[in-house]
Amino acid sequence: MSVNATPAGARVAAEESGKPAVPAQHSGRRSKAPLSENKKAERKLGWLLCAPAALVMVLVTAYPIIYSVWLSLQRFDLRFPDERKFVGLENYVTVLTNGFWWTAFGVTALITVVTVVVELVLGMGLALIMHRTLVGRGIVRTAALIPYGIVTVVAAFSWRYAWTPGTGYLANLFSDGAPLTERASSLAIIMLAEIWKTTPFMALLLMAGLALVPEDLLKAASTDGATAWQRFTKVMLPVMKPAILVALLFRTLDAFRVFDNIFVLTAGGNETSSVSMLAYNNLIRGLNLGIGSTMSVLIFLTVAVIAFVFVKLFGTAAPGSDEGERR
Amino acid sequence: MAETTTRAKLRWGLLDVIVVVFALVPVLWIASLSFKTPATITDGRFWPREWTLENYKTIFATDQFVRALVNSIGIALIATLIAVVLGAMAAYAISRLDFPGKKLLVGVSLLIAMFPQVSLVSPLFEIERQLGLFDTWPGLILPYITFALPLAIYTLSAFFKQIPWDLEKAAKMDGATQGQAFRRVIAPLAAPGLFTTAILVFIFCWNDFLFAITLTSTERARTVPVALSFFTGESQFEDPTGAICAAAVVITVPIILFVLFFQRRIVSGLTSGAVKG
Repeated sequence: MSVNATPAGARVAAEESGKPAVPAQHSGRRSKAPLSENKKAERKLGWLLCAPAALVMVLVTAYPIIYSVWLSLQRFDLRFPDERKFVGLENYVTVLTNGFWWTAFGVTALITVVTVVVELVLGMGLALIMHRTLVGRGIVRTAALIPYGIVTVVAAFSWRYAWTPGTGYLANLFSDGAPLTERASSLAIIMLAEIWKTTPFMALLLMAGLALVPEDLLKAASTDGATAWQRFTKVMLPVMKPAILVALLFRTLDAFRVFDNIFVLTAGGNETSSVSMLAYNNLIRGLNLGIGSTMSVLIFLTVAVIAFVFVKLFGTAAPGSDEGERR
Repeated sequence: MAETTTRAKLRWGLLDVIVVVFALVPVLWIASLSFKTPATITDGRFWPREWTLENYKTIFATDQFVRALVNSIGIALIATLIAVVLGAMAAYAISRLDFPGKKLLVGVSLLIAMFPQVSLVSPLFEIERQLGLFDTWPGLILPYITFALPLAIYTLSAFFKQIPWDLEKAAKMDGATQGQAFRRVIAPLAAPGLFTTAILVFIFCWNDFLFAITLTSTERARTVPVALSFFTGESQFEDPTGAICAAAVVITVPIILFVLFFQRRIVSGLTSGAVKG
C-alpha cells in the first residue's frame, strides 16, 4: 500500500483513527506533532492486535522447521535411542539415493500435474456454470460445496468401497480385477478422488475472477460478433488471469501434499506412496526421526521452490505482492 | 427469442444436473452403504435392498467412536474459537490501521497457507512428546489454529474492509460511547463475517487427518477421521464396512447442514478471502 507513505495517506489515517481532521491552514510543523502522536498509538495498537496471531504462526511453524533441519542431521531412530548422533548430511544422501523416495516423488509430481490440469479445466467449467447458469444457481452452488466441505477421509472411503470388488457399484466397470490392487488403476482412482474433492475449491477461486469480468465488455464483444469461445479467450481469460494464477498456485501446493486419499485408498501399496505418505511411514511406522525429518525438509524445500517459481514467473500477479492495492 | 431462452435454460439445467449428480453420488453411496445389512452390504448395488439402522447403533455403542466424536467436536470448536478471535484482531489491524510490519504479517500468513504441513509432522511429533502435548487436545488445537489463521485473517480482512466504519464515528457524534458504538453498530455489521469465517475454519479443523493421525496415539485425542481408519484391523467389528460408513455419515452431517443453510456465506467467504482480485 504505497499510498500510506504519502502525507495524504497519513492524514487519512489520522482522520480514521477518530481525531477530527487537522485544519488545512495550519502550518506543516504544527499539524505534524499530533499526527505522529496518533501514529504512534496506531502503530502500537496494530502491533498489539497482530502479535498473538503472528506469534502462534511463527512458533508452530518456524521453530519446528528449524528443529527439523537439526533432526535431519542426526541419526535418530526412536527404536534405538542410544545410537543417536550427529551425522551431517548422511541422511540426505540416504534419502536422495533411495529408489522409494524418487518413486514417491514421481508419483507425487504425476498426481500434482494431472490433477491440477484437470481441475483447472473442470473448475473453469464449474465456475462458469455456477456464475452464469440461468436456472438453479443456488442448488448448483450448494451441491458443489459438498465435495469441498466433506471430510477427505470420508470421501476416500466412499471411493474405496465403490471400487472394491463385490461391494462397489464401480468395481466391474472396466475389468473383473480389483482396481485398487494394481498400480495404474490405483493411481487413477487416487487422482479421481482428489479431483472430485478439490475441483469445487478451484471453481470458487476462479469464480471470484469471473465476477470481475465486466458484463458490458461481454455484451460489447457479443455485439461486435465475437463467438462464445472468442469472448472466453479474449475477454474473460485476460481479466481472470490473476485469479487463475492464485488458484493454480494454491492447488499445486495443496496437491503436492496429497496424503489422506492415498492413506485410505491404497495405504501406499503398489508403489502409490506420495512423499507425504513416505515421510509418515518413516516417522510413525519406522519411528525414524532422522530420516523422517530429512524428508520433511526436502518436501519443504520442494514446495518453497514451486512457490518461488510461481511468484517469479507471474511477478505482480502473485498473491500478496499487491496486497492493499486491491480495494 | 422466447424459444432461445427456453433452450438456453434447458441447456443450463442439464449442466446443473450433471454437476449435482457428480457432487452427490459419492455421498449418497456411503450413506447407502451405512444403511445396508451385513448380508447385503457386498451385493454391489447402489441402493440398499434392506434398510437397517444397526450400523449406527453399533458405532454409538462403542467407546472408540463416541470418544472420537467428542474429541473431534471439542477440538474443532476450541480451535475455531481461538483462531477466529486471533484472526479478527489481526484482520482489524490489517484493514483499519497503518503500522509497519503489516505487509510482513500478510506475507507470513500467505507463507503459512502454502506451508507443507507434512514437514511439521516429524518435528512436532518430537517437540510435543517432550512437552507432554503429544496425544492431547492442545497438541492438536495448536497446529489447527496455526493453519486456520491465514484463512481467518484473509477472509476477515476482506469482510472488515467492506464495513462502513464511518457509522462508528456517526454513532459517537450522536452521543454513543466507544463501547456502545462498537456493540450497537460495528459488532452487528461484523457478525456475519465472523460467523462465515468460523464455518470455514471449523470445516478445516474437522477435515484434518494428517496432524490427527501423527500427533495422537490413543482415544484421548484421536478424532473421528483417524478413528475411522482404525476401525479396520484389530477392532471389535467383524466387518467394519458398515460401521465405517455409518461413522463417516455422522461426521458428514454437520458439513451438509452448513452447506445447506449457509451456502451463500461460504461462497462469499471463500471467494472474497482467497482472492481479492
